[in-house]
Amino acid sequence: MIDVINLKKSYDGTEVLKGINVTIQKGDIVVILGPSGSGKSTFLRCLNCMEDPSDGNIIFNGVDIADMKVDINIHRRKMGMVFQHFNLFNNKTVIQNIMMAPVHVQSQELRKIKRKNWWIRIKRIFQKSQAKQALLSLPYSKQDIQKTALNDATKLLKRIGLEDKANVYPSTLSGGQKQRVAIVRALAMNPDVILFDEPTSALDPEMVGEVLDLMRSLAKEGMTMIIVTHEMGFAKEVANRILFMDQGQILEDASPSEFFSNPKTERAKEFLSKVLSVK
Amino acid sequence: MGNISQKITRFLEIFWEQNGYVKVLEGLQNTILIAITGLIIGIIIGTLIATARVIPRYKLAPKILNGFCGFYVALFRGTPIVVQLLVFYYVLLPILGLKLTGVQVSMLVFGLNSGAYISEIMRSGLQSVDHGQLEAGRAVGLSFGTSMRKIVIPQAVKNILPTLGNEFISLIKETSVVSFVGAADLYVAFNYIGSSSYEFMVPYLVMALIYIVIVLIITLLIKLLERSLKKSDRRN
Ligand SMILES: Nc1ncnc2c1ncn2[C@@H]1O[C@H](COP(=O)(O)OP(=O)(O)OP(=O)(O)O)[C@@H](O)[C@H]1O
Ligand SMILES: [Mg+2]
Repeated sequence: MIDVINLKKSYDGTEVLKGINVTIQKGDIVVILGPSGSGKSTFLRCLNCMEDPSDGNIIFNGVDIADMKVDINIHRRKMGMVFQHFNLFNNKTVIQNIMMAPVHVQSQELRKIKRKNWWIRIKRIFQKSQAKQALLSLPYSKQDIQKTALNDATKLLKRIGLEDKANVYPSTLSGGQKQRVAIVRALAMNPDVILFDEPTSALDPEMVGEVLDLMRSLAKEGMTMIIVTHEMGFAKEVANRILFMDQGQILEDASPSEFFSNPKTERAKEFLSKVLSVK
Repeated sequence: MGNISQKITRFLEIFWEQNGYVKVLEGLQNTILIAITGLIIGIIIGTLIATARVIPRYKLAPKILNGFCGFYVALFRGTPIVVQLLVFYYVLLPILGLKLTGVQVSMLVFGLNSGAYISEIMRSGLQSVDHGQLEAGRAVGLSFGTSMRKIVIPQAVKNILPTLGNEFISLIKETSVVSFVGAADLYVAFNYIGSSSYEFMVPYLVMALIYIVIVLIITLLIKLLERSLKKSDRRN
């Protein structure tokens, strides 16, 4: 589903990603591990072009989205992203946060059709009465858009047990609640893949569980996920692939059991001995 | 000082009997009209400039746009408002062959001028909004423009509301120079009363009083607006 070919990224001359090649299959649950500064976030952010790759290709559903000419907004809708600091829209209520993108996208479609219809109306003035071009029919109305979006958003809120928080602003939620809302906000676009950058790192320990549970349930449903995390237990249990990164390269690409019991590279061994001894 | 009461009587006489109050109302209307229109134009221009200046500058077009905006701001902040009024009224209008009244020119110039100041205010407002807000908008597939318009700018405006209020207050005060291009504002009205009565003390005092009252009212309105916006932040 995602083919990363020779992806490179540099900031002012320093190369942070040094040619990454990897293929993500549909249904993969990939956990990216690696020491701080190894380029995990940069890699993840290059995948949906939040950072523009300096070189290389990212083929997503057959389209090279690293190409500056493609309309990245269309492809981002199919690639959800969950941030360490939640980044809920502060000026929108919880339900508006979830409805925002779906409503906007569909309204845009509607506006496109209406614009075309205006052209047709103008053309019709000059056409003979038998040959008049028919107006395009509108697939839905503005109210329909709102209604379906509200419906879907309410279902998503029910799923995370926060339907009573629909109309409050994010500032009143706990960290765990914010992150769960952020996850369903990504879900609202029916993405093909969701990218997570340390989704539990900014949470109080007692809230980590609720967020991981939600991610676990997504994994069970077959959602493709790419996750940067320091939660080793979660990685072992949920991932089907571990990518180990160091200094801008992927050093290992293995199943969790293989990686944790039998790391191939020195760096991975070193990394594991450090993180596992802390626990 | 026995003639203070005399002066007041003289003032009231002109104010009520020789249409002084009509002039004052007209002047008040023009002052407020110029300030409000100036503020609205200023907010629009300021927001556009501030937004244009945060567009990522990889390509040539945003670079040129940024350069132009920088020039605009420097131009309008670098010259006195009176000079701008005079140049517009006596230089630009004749060159362009346009006929505008003094009030119209004042509205335009105060709009362009406050646009330069508000762009700086707005810029700090945009900077006060966490970058993650824009990123989250982009991440769900909204365009840069839509993310700014629906998410970042509303939050920025809320953060700069007090500063924007101050800008409006200084706008009100600065309009007292529009008589340079023949616009009849409060100053013109009270000057008329003064020269009709050969007595300027009371008219100018009353004028000062009116300015203070306007400013106090605006201050109060901003406070109310801020409070209602804060409420919408926490509904729980
Ligand atoms: N915007 C930027 N400008 C310059 N350098 C950057 C930028 N973003 C990241 N870097 C550099 O790129 C390198 C990789 O950073 P990145 O955030 O991808 O690491 P990471 O693996 O996510 O680390 P962590 O575990 O601490 O989050 C670091 O050396 C960092 O200093
Ligand atoms: Mg990181």
